[in-house]
Amino acid sequence: MVVPSLKLQDLIEEIRGAKTQAQEREVIQKECAHIRASFRDGDPVHRHRQLAKLLYVHMLGYPAHFGQMECLKLIASSRFTDKRVGYLGAMLLLDERHDAHLLITNSIKNDLSQGIQPVQGLALCTLSTMGSAEMCRDLAPEVEKLLLQPSPYVRKKAILTAVHMIRKVPELSSVFLPPCAQLLHERHHGILLGTITLITELCERSPAALRHFRKVVPQLVHILRTLVTMGYSTEHSISGVSDPFLQVQILRLLRILGRNHEESSETMNDLLAQVATNTDTSRNAGNAVLFETVLTIMDIRSAAGLRVLAVNILGRFLLNSDRNIRYVALTSLLRLVQSDHSAVQRHRPTVVECLRETDASLSRRALELSLALVNSSNVRAMMQELQAFLESCPPDLRADCASGILLAAERFAPTKRWHIDTILHVLTTAGTHVRDDAVANLTQLIGGAQELHAYSVRRLYNALAEDISQQPLVQVAAWCIGEYGDLLLAGNCEEIEPLQVDEEEVLALLEKVLQSHMSLPATRGYALTALMKLSTRLCGDNNRIRQVVSIYGSCLDVELQQRAVEYDTLFRKYDHMRAAILEKMPLVERDGPQADEEAKESKEAAQLSEAAPVPTEPQASQLLDLLDLLDGASGDVQHPPHLDPSPGGALVHLLDLPCVPPPPAPIPDLKVFEREGVQLNLSFIRPPENPALLLITITATNFSEGDVTHFICQAAVPKAPLRLKLRLTYDHFHQSVQEIFEVNNLPVESWQ
Amino acid sequence: MPAGCPPHSTTASLPQHGDRGFPFAAAAAAGQAPPRPRPAAAMQFMLLFSRQGKLRLQKWYVPLSDKEKKKITRELVQTVLARKPKMCSFLEWRDLKIVYKRYASLYFCCAIEDQDNELITLEIIHRYVELLDKYFGSVCELDIIFNFEKAYFILDEFLLGGEVQETSKKNVLKAIEQADLLQEPRHEYFNVPVY
Repeated sequence: MVVPSLKLQDLIEEIRGAKTQAQEREVIQKECAHIRASFRDGDPVHRHRQLAKLLYVHMLGYPAHFGQMECLKLIASSRFTDKRVGYLGAMLLLDERHDAHLLITNSIKNDLSQGIQPVQGLALCTLSTMGSAEMCRDLAPEVEKLLLQPSPYVRKKAILTAVHMIRKVPELSSVFLPPCAQLLHERHHGILLGTITLITELCERSPAALRHFRKVVPQLVHILRTLVTMGYSTEHSISGVSDPFLQVQILRLLRILGRNHEESSETMNDLLAQVATNTDTSRNAGNAVLFETVLTIMDIRSAAGLRVLAVNILGRFLLNSDRNIRYVALTSLLRLVQSDHSAVQRHRPTVVECLRETDASLSRRALELSLALVNSSNVRAMMQELQAFLESCPPDLRADCASGILLAAERFAPTKRWHIDTILHVLTTAGTHVRDDAVANLTQLIGGAQELHAYSVRRLYNALAEDISQQPLVQVAAWCIGEYGDLLLAGNCEEIEPLQVDEEEVLALLEKVLQSHMSLPATRGYALTALMKLSTRLCGDNNRIRQVVSIYGSCLDVELQQRAVEYDTLFRKYDHMRAAILEKMPLVERDGPQADEEAKESKEAAQLSEAAPVPTEPQASQLLDLLDLLDGASGDVQHPPHLDPSPGGALVHLLDLPCVPPPPAPIPDLKVFEREGVQLNLSFIRPPENPALLLITITATNFSEGDVTHFICQAAVPKAPLRLKLRLTYDHFHQSVQEIFEVNNLPVESWQ
Repeated sequence: MPAGCPPHSTTASLPQHGDRGFPFAAAAAAGQAPPRPRPAAAMQFMLLFSRQGKLRLQKWYVPLSDKEKKKITRELVQTVLARKPKMCSFLEWRDLKIVYKRYASLYFCCAIEDQDNELITLEIIHRYVELLDKYFGSVCELDIIFNFEKAYFILDEFLLGGEVQETSKKNVLKAIEQADLLQEPRHEYFNVPVY
């Protein structure tokens, strides 16, 4: 007995009635089994209904591939109902990945050439939705014929199908280009729209076509002008704007034709001005046309006055209550800010207002645009706005805002103090979001502004006292307090309120940083070193500092432990050198974005002093002696660096050799010392990113059977000419060895 | 740019034209080799879905596998449903622009190319809703559910290959009417065929 199949809407009801996902699955599986059986039996009467049901469950996410062949059968049927569902099925279930898709080519061909108009429509629609390159090649002749058919219903579809075909098979352009001229004379909006879309596609694909179609610019101008000036039409107007879809499409084509072409641009100039000034802007339809006009004006060779008009329209868009319009305005202005900077600048106040947008995608664009508009004359006002924004902006914009402010501050800072204040504010507000080099940059900046040391250290001290959680801020503050602790305690900076700070408070604060679980290992390093430096800056008896240093000698963090041990040793065995070692760092000249490079160099250079296999001991005074041995050593004696993570340390000068960019050949190694199996080699590298720098690595190797102990190697290098003075002391074979020698035969490549 | 420049720059996010990576991204995400370069279409696809994320219509104007379509649908539906009511109708997703608008309980969501006009796309969506409204008489989500194939037929008289084919509301509705008349059999009460 044949069970009558469910009607589509009944099935939908049943599926919707299912209370659980499992129930729904059950219903659908049952029905699909019936559908499969029905397909197998080949029931032609209900086939369209079965496929329609299958398409419904397909939309719910269930497999429907077994319906593909049924689409073919339905398309081939003579009944319109069948074709309608069959073609829909083909668009939903078939695509060019399946070989089956080619099988409908023949049916489409038949329908295109012999079908009634609605059938031709179905075929064209399907072809333009899922037609593969092969299908397009096969069916191009049919579509071409339909372009000249009298019925506008079919022609407009044929034209857009041609657009699709050209996208799939660009060579077909030659087939569909010739009819365009005639089609452009049509008055039917659908045909006109399709034709303009077709011409646009042709021009975008071929420069020859582009040149060819430039001659229709006057005609396009005429069509658009007619549209704009004609009165209200019930059929095509939207909110008082005549066929905005067609207007937008014409404007797009004009943009492509006028781009980089003086003559065409001139022809359309007046019309664009007319559209720009006369379009009704009360509703979205008018604004859509206006927006397209602006895009066209900015992209062609338009008169300067017209460009300004366009930018002003965007400025007005920024004030529109519709946030969609504000969005497109911000996006467009961002594209124009480089090419039309002064025109966009005029709208800066409005742009800044948009920072207060609640929609994050708008405020993001406002942020980018604001940053692009900062210049030396508006930097103070802009920074105020941006810093206010930084305090309240959504978290995902924080990093960009912070880095933008810092970059702008670097480029346009009116004074050093303002610059320091700005960076300080960013660190306090958004410390966790700044880039890694912010710390380095700020310490450089402060270090180089001697007149602001007292001011900086006080401000940083105050900031630190309030909050020790923002790591970059803490690091800079610790460094500053360490360096300029004496100025902090002197208490006489005119620029801020007098602050009475006593030594114990300062030490307590640094200890707090050291002990805090919020402090990163690097931060604690800063704090420990700062404490150490204060031992020479403060007047007290240093017991507290010595205590801290000694405690941290057994810290689990290796880096911190090493520091503490060395500082402790400094107290115990080399106290007479402590003052010299911990003196204030010399001012380093900075070449802007080289700061990173210098930080790298000083780290690499720091390795030089640890070339020996045994942990080094402070070598301060011996080094001074060595320098004295060199004749011509300048009075500007460099103090040896402390093991301090701050960049731009004095060590840089030791290797700051005057060189010109070297030839690319690598510099050969040099053996400079050999004694009873102990060998010393020099190797040379010029880092490619900084060819003025020469890195010399000393490698000491022991080839003998006896151990080498208490190995110390010291090097001194005068600025010019390049030579190296080395001093070695070590114990070997139960003897104390001391060697001092000069290396004069450095390879030629290393010094020119 | 010198080393050490922040990720943000003053010329940040200038949209890149001609970067048509969309199917590559989708294909790569679906774990397949990227398809051959696909030609542009103004509108890539249109999706209709409910506030619960149930798909009510999917019109694809670019060739993608079922797996890719499902992935895109899932992600995009999630993204759009997460938007707050006061946010603007546009968002950038992968290398496409998404234009969406909510009408009652249905979201209408279109993906357009970088050089396309977002504002006119809003008009396209609105025109489609008007057509549905005229055809069904005060259309609601249930109409679209129970007559999904009609929704497709109407769309196919308004857009073709991702482009607008007819700007006259009257002409679109007339075409649908005539096609309906050709269907066999007819149900008198609704005056629309029932399968």
